[in-house]
Amino acid sequence: MADTVDTLVKFSKVQKSYDGETLVIKNLDLDVMRGEFLTMLGPSGSGKTTCLMMLAGFEPATHGEIYLDGKPINDVPPHKRGIGMVFQNYALFPHMTVAENLSFPLQVRNLDSGEVADRVKKVLGMVQLEGFGGRRPNQLSGGQQQRVAVARALVFDPLLVLMDEPLGALDRQLREQMQYEIKHIHENLGVTVVYVTHDQGEALTMSNRIAVFNEGVVQQLASPDDLYERPDNSFVAQFVGENNRFSGKVTGLNGNSCTVELDVGGEVHALKVNVGEVGEKTQMSLRPERVEVNPPHGKYQNVFEGVVKELIYLGDHIRTRASVCGQDDFVVKVPNSSGHVHLKEGEIVKFGWKMEDCRALDAKK
Amino acid sequence: MTLKGQILAADGTPLKVKLAQTNRRRRLRAIWLVTPLLLFVGITFLIPIADMLFRSIDDPVVNRLLPETSKQLESWDGRGLPPELAFDSLASELRARRADQSIGKLASRLNFEKSGMRSLITKSGRKLKKIKEGPFKEKLIKIDKKWKDRDTWVVIKRLSSPYTGVHYLAAIDRKLDSEGDIVFQPEHRQIYVLLWVRTLWISVAVTVFCLLLGYPVSYLLATLPLRISNLLLILVLLPFWTSLLVRTTSWIVLLQSHGVINDLMVVLGIIGEEQRIRMIYNQTGTLIAMTQILLPFMILPLYSVMKTIPPSYMRAAQSLGASPAWSFFKVYLPQTIPGIGAGSLLVFILAIGYYITPALVGGQDGQLISNFIAHHMKFSLNWGLAGALGSILLASVLLLYWVYNKIVGIENMKLG
Repeated sequence: MADTVDTLVKFSKVQKSYDGETLVIKNLDLDVMRGEFLTMLGPSGSGKTTCLMMLAGFEPATHGEIYLDGKPINDVPPHKRGIGMVFQNYALFPHMTVAENLSFPLQVRNLDSGEVADRVKKVLGMVQLEGFGGRRPNQLSGGQQQRVAVARALVFDPLLVLMDEPLGALDRQLREQMQYEIKHIHENLGVTVVYVTHDQGEALTMSNRIAVFNEGVVQQLASPDDLYERPDNSFVAQFVGENNRFSGKVTGLNGNSCTVELDVGGEVHALKVNVGEVGEKTQMSLRPERVEVNPPHGKYQNVFEGVVKELIYLGDHIRTRASVCGQDDFVVKVPNSSGHVHLKEGEIVKFGWKMEDCRALDAKK
Repeated sequence: MTLKGQILAADGTPLKVKLAQTNRRRRLRAIWLVTPLLLFVGITFLIPIADMLFRSIDDPVVNRLLPETSKQLESWDGRGLPPELAFDSLASELRARRADQSIGKLASRLNFEKSGMRSLITKSGRKLKKIKEGPFKEKLIKIDKKWKDRDTWVVIKRLSSPYTGVHYLAAIDRKLDSEGDIVFQPEHRQIYVLLWVRTLWISVAVTVFCLLLGYPVSYLLATLPLRISNLLLILVLLPFWTSLLVRTTSWIVLLQSHGVINDLMVVLGIIGEEQRIRMIYNQTGTLIAMTQILLPFMILPLYSVMKTIPPSYMRAAQSLGASPAWSFFKVYLPQTIPGIGAGSLLVFILAIGYYITPALVGGQDGQLISNFIAHHMKFSLNWGLAGALGSILLASVLLLYWVYNKIVGIENMKLG
């Protein structure tokens, strides 16, 4: 049963296997709160879409129970779950007009024609497609089709809306614009959204919470800032955002910090997050924007010399690749602020960072 | 660069001319490549068809063998007896035809229209040999008093035109009476209307059965994993690689009264020895065998359309609250209509002209119009009637194509 009234969806010890040999979802426990925007993020094959399909009812769970609004729904067929869904390819019915597509879920529910027309009009206004009701889906642009798909999933006031990589087919600019629009719709309606994507930028932009999937397991469930700044393990650190990795052996533990001896020599002070005993291997993660070039003496515990290998001008910052601690792909983002350091390729400079920004995580890749 | 609104290429020639020049080579090559096939199709297919179509209205015998009489009869209004001049020219032409030995042909043609004409013509020709001088009216009547009968002359007049519509009338069980009105054939000679109705009904029934049987199979083919669906598709295509004759005769083995199915039912005690069901050499046999043989022509177009429908449509419909059945009828079925149309058209057109299967398993009441066309081509040698039946068949198929094209055109406008 659901723990609290605020839990809308609860996955309880859910397992899923397609072939009886491997588990695509391994013992999933996940709660989705009422009104939240939860994103399932992960590489392809990580089990995130399978999760969504089980929630929608198109795939049965091999083991475990899924609860919606406190009620188990394993035996409820998809059309009785009352869950709106936006598909990857929109799945707008090509033989119906936009208005017919939108009124489909309402007519199925036997609403009278006056109310159907009202709701269709309202929802078209919500996605800024007034006057497009008579068009057929293939007469619309990709972005417009996307909006119709969102509108169709919302028009019957579902408790929950699922979105399966809905922005994958759009070009970058449109994708960003749609991210904001979907976010605003979510905020205005207060509907619960479970969103699946492999694009970490999209996940960070839109979500209240993000569940990072890998190999059928939720690696971390956290808010976007937690996920980015405080990854629990090296998979999350690597998958969400850019990061510099160092691997080494733990040589000392001291409260919440630890010292690590790098494989190539040199000692780094890092935050103890996910490490074992002294002598065990660890991998450290450091965000490129947390590194300072030529820091004042004594400001940081970790200061290393390195050779600047490559400079890429990106407008707001200069992406600098350097060779530090034997890593040829050490990346630093030098902000293009007034009075920033001007580096040259081949130059030898010092790089420094805080102990807290360098997180010592599990050793596996 | 433009000159009077025309766009010019860099060397000053209009762009359109330049484009045509550069494309000409490619076009010539394309024409050269298709020429052999075009010639082959033209000589072996189009010309014979045109010839058969022409034969259905072509009736040159009387006009060619009695040219003068034909001309005389043209002005005769069909009342009373024709003028003296007609008798005169008939007499001289009959004599001439006897001399060049074509009188037999003339006699059979006329006899085909009205029995008794053969003997009249040959007898008159024989006796006219001795009569050298006119007036021929009385002498002809003296040879045979049928020359006094207006109907005899009406028949000759009717056949004197080189073109005729009688084959088409015969093809729908009608004929011209002596007054020139269109009337039914006598009841015992009426078969074609019945045949048309039967051909139409069997074709419709075969199409419907193919659709009912083929639709679920196509759906399975389109939705199963590729490995299994490929295997199934091979099973569907297997009949294509087996001779039509083999398939039809194997149906005989299965369905005949001492065949596999009847024997099995007797052995199992479902029917008694005396109650063996007649499933072949009748319409049932034709229906069963034709449905099996034409089934792939329904499945393949359906399959190709269904393959383009992603499964997410059905899922979307269900996520919106529609039951699986409702989703199917409202979302899936409408999208397969182009496939249903193409498959049904193909099966229907093939069925309406089907020959071998009804000939082998149709028995008496399972024969279709095509079997009668073959009969008139090979046995009765009434090529005119065969041509008329064939051209009605061809016209109805073309009409169907036109209707289909119109429907698909509308469909395309909606979807594309």
